[in-house]
Amino acid sequence: MSVAKRTFDAVIVGAGGAGLRAALQLAESGMKTAVLTKVFPTRSHTVAAQGGVAASLGNSTEDNWHWHMYDTVKGSDWLGDQDAIEFMCRKANEVVVELEHYGMPFDRTDSGKIYQRPFGGHSQNYGQTPVSRSCAAADRTGHAMLHALYQRNVRANTQFFVEWMALDLIRDSEGNVLGVTALEMETGEVSIFHAKATVFATGGAGRIYHSSTNAFINTGDGVGMAARAGIPLEDMEFWQFHPTGVAGAGVLITEGVRGEGGILRNASGERFMERYAPNLKDLASRDVVSRAMTTEINEGRGCGPDKDYVLLDITHLSPETIMKRLPGIHEIAIQFAGVDPIKEPIPVVPTCHYQMGGIPTNYKGQVVVPKDGNPNAPVTGFYAAGECACASVHGANRLGTNSLLDLLVFGKSAGETVVEDLQSGNLSLRPLPADAADFSLSRIARLESQTNGESVFDVGLEMRRTMQKHAGVFRFDSLLKEGVAKMAEVAERAKRTEIGDKSKVWNTARVEALELDNLIEVARATIVSAEARKESRGAHVRDDAPDTAEFPNGRNDNDWLKHTLWYSEGDRLDYKPVNLNPLNEGTEPIALAKRTY
Amino acid sequence: MTKRSVQFKIYRYDPDKDEKPYMQDITVDLEPSDKKLLDALVRLKGKDDTLSFRRSCREGVCGSDAMNINGKNGLACLTAIDGLPQPVVLRPLPGLPVIRDLIVDMTQFFKQYHSIKPYLVNDDPAPERERLQSPEDREELNGLYECILCACCSTSCPSFWWNPDKFVGPAGLLAAYRFLADTRDQATTERLDNLEDPYRLFRCHSIMNCVDVCPKGLNPTRAIGKIKDMMVARAV
Ligand SMILES: Cc1cc2nc3c(=O)[nH]c(=O)nc-3n(C[C@H](O)[C@H](O)[C@H](O)COP(=O)(O)OP(=O)(O)OC[C@H]3O[C@@H](n4cnc5c(N)ncnc54)[C@H](O)[C@@H]3O)c2cc1C
Ligand code: SF4
Ligand code: SF4
Ligand code: FES
Repeated sequence: MSVAKRTFDAVIVGAGGAGLRAALQLAESGMKTAVLTKVFPTRSHTVAAQGGVAASLGNSTEDNWHWHMYDTVKGSDWLGDQDAIEFMCRKANEVVVELEHYGMPFDRTDSGKIYQRPFGGHSQNYGQTPVSRSCAAADRTGHAMLHALYQRNVRANTQFFVEWMALDLIRDSEGNVLGVTALEMETGEVSIFHAKATVFATGGAGRIYHSSTNAFINTGDGVGMAARAGIPLEDMEFWQFHPTGVAGAGVLITEGVRGEGGILRNASGERFMERYAPNLKDLASRDVVSRAMTTEINEGRGCGPDKDYVLLDITHLSPETIMKRLPGIHEIAIQFAGVDPIKEPIPVVPTCHYQMGGIPTNYKGQVVVPKDGNPNAPVTGFYAAGECACASVHGANRLGTNSLLDLLVFGKSAGETVVEDLQSGNLSLRPLPADAADFSLSRIARLESQTNGESVFDVGLEMRRTMQKHAGVFRFDSLLKEGVAKMAEVAERAKRTEIGDKSKVWNTARVEALELDNLIEVARATIVSAEARKESRGAHVRDDAPDTAEFPNGRNDNDWLKHTLWYSEGDRLDYKPVNLNPLNEGTEPIALAKRTY
Repeated sequence: MTKRSVQFKIYRYDPDKDEKPYMQDITVDLEPSDKKLLDALVRLKGKDDTLSFRRSCREGVCGSDAMNINGKNGLACLTAIDGLPQPVVLRPLPGLPVIRDLIVDMTQFFKQYHSIKPYLVNDDPAPERERLQSPEDREELNGLYECILCACCSTSCPSFWWNPDKFVGPAGLLAAYRFLADTRDQATTERLDNLEDPYRLFRCHSIMNCVDVCPKGLNPTRAIGKIKDMMVARAV
């Protein structure tokens, strides 16, 4: 099969917030750039973000980037790299103001400035009082931001390849990155995108879990491609969960429901939180509630035919209270849970929300791997930004509104670094190996010829159920160990997937089979990394690493203040130090401390 | 508990193997968690993976899964299964070329969107901080900026069916007014000139199909009316 070749200065994979921000930098600098995306740019999942984007503009309460940096380091449970965090917090005002100049319809204060609202974990004066730091466009900030960035790219004449799916990363024998192979969905043809620079901005992989707030397309393609090409994945054990997402649908139900008196119940109707948190009960902190819910489900007291959810009950509240205090939740419950919460309880599960780990990068957006004793050696020609990347600013736990900021700051800086590297002549168009497309073609050929195989639907379901049960919000050593073995089995099954659709035209069955390969890499990385990390930190909470005097919150800085690196080949693990030093000499490091709010 | 199921009549066409399109009768059993039409389609795809359709967010914000449902355009992910008359007749969005099954070629739709210069134009030197805009001026953008480019409206508009290459269509015109209404934008004259044409704007005969189908509750007809008012105002 002959494979068409296209040549560019830079190819960007992904047109969500991060990809579009990087694309703008390249298009405006006049570099010949291709932006590949599985979906029309404004359909990327950035569109679903609601709450806002963080910046210490101080439009309604006093604020500065030092406070933001402190909150972010503390939120990360000190696993975030302080150079990258300083960089992000210092750049926040600039990139948010730029976005406003691009036309983003932010809400406004009475004096006409960008409206800001308070958000969890963001504070004034190093944890003292809440601060209004989240710049918002109603509860549609992601939509407004993604459209504004797309529109600015239309103005800049960015060249998009819409509904093209990147399949594999191309590297030469020295490990330099030379571009990607990609499938045009409409024709089924595979092409090579040969480039001096390749930027991944493919978003998260929340679809490895059964219950997820993420879109169908969030299948971790960039992360999977990197892993298959020998790039290690960083801190993949850290996933952010929200205790109450609608079971099956994944849509969020705010904590405010329990604030109004909502009660969690198991299959026998028992208010089980009384056993776990006798004082605060249903209003205990998020990790405690999620842990209790997971225990109920794992011990067979979940509800429904598969006993895989619990119930959030507000039927004892008056209809007036519900309609006055919780009108949005009333609507979501009817739309997505199919229950009127005035009459029936809402099925909920801890819901996977955000991937803290990813492709290791530095604050400039360069992908970095251990090489010759340097834990952070840049891979020539390879860059990444956004949820698929790990800079690492979110460490073990991301603060709300810091992801949209991450897209803007690191999308821009990756774009700037590529432009600099191209202009300084650091990057050249290296010769393509003769077999550059063979691996991708063989994956497609296997799907073409597979007989007596497994259904993509069934294997995917098994993966999601395994991850939900074995690497959920609260983690048990025995479940993790079983999970590692189970995921290895599922990964074997995924090698024999079979599809019924053999058409060349818009073959979505093929796309889903190829996506599953990526999800499997992410799921393996997650469970193997989680099993190995024998402490509790941020979102990774282990039963056998409880809060003790020696290890507050179960966190063990002596042994585990380090980033995990997982290699796909042989499930090999490696570690690298956390950078506790800020970027600039004048900036005070945020000293290690117990995380309490 | 009795099994819920949905009976479908679905437009099928795969240019790779079908000589012409046909309607497929097919029934799918649902799981209790399947609430929306999109859930049923995903369930169906688990059974017959040859059915092609677009989808992503499954919560009505990405605009991927617009289709013609029992004769009316809508999003599969926001359409409840219960209460839908059966068999549920699914067709691709009308008026655009069909690529395969429920997937249409949206090129013409986006071309019209791009034709109105859908970006803020302000050539003053960028200030160090945000440009100021009063909350009242910002209010003017409500009901305009929320568009998800699903194309439900334009593909239910007869004027767009007849002249997809010449008439901008409701989605594009809504976007045009979104920038005309933005106090930060400086290209009013240019934008109005761009629409001063027997087709681009004036093919809208206020039939209101667009308003009727918009899954986000937006009102392109009103926006079009406002552009026409601006045209009149500058003529006098
Ligand atoms: C419901 C929800 C609400 C949220 N709210 C907030 C919030 O209020 N504030 C906040 O800061 N964060 C929020 N987040 C998190 C934040 O929205 C995401 O982390 C962020 O938008 C991810 O952006 P991205 O650019 O990295 O990826 P995405 O926006 O997911 O874009 C990925 C892009 O990559 C493309 N792509 C993927 N794979 C391929 C491939 N193989 N080939 C070609 N293209 C490919 C896709 O087509 C897409 O264009 C929220 C998340 C969710 C799920
Ligand atoms: S009101 Fe105008 S744009 Fe809307 S459907 Fe009718 S003719 Fe089309
Ligand atoms: S105006 Fe409404 S129907 Fe038309 S594209 Fe926008 S969201 Fe869809
Ligand atoms: S799937 Fe996104 S709008 Fe329906």
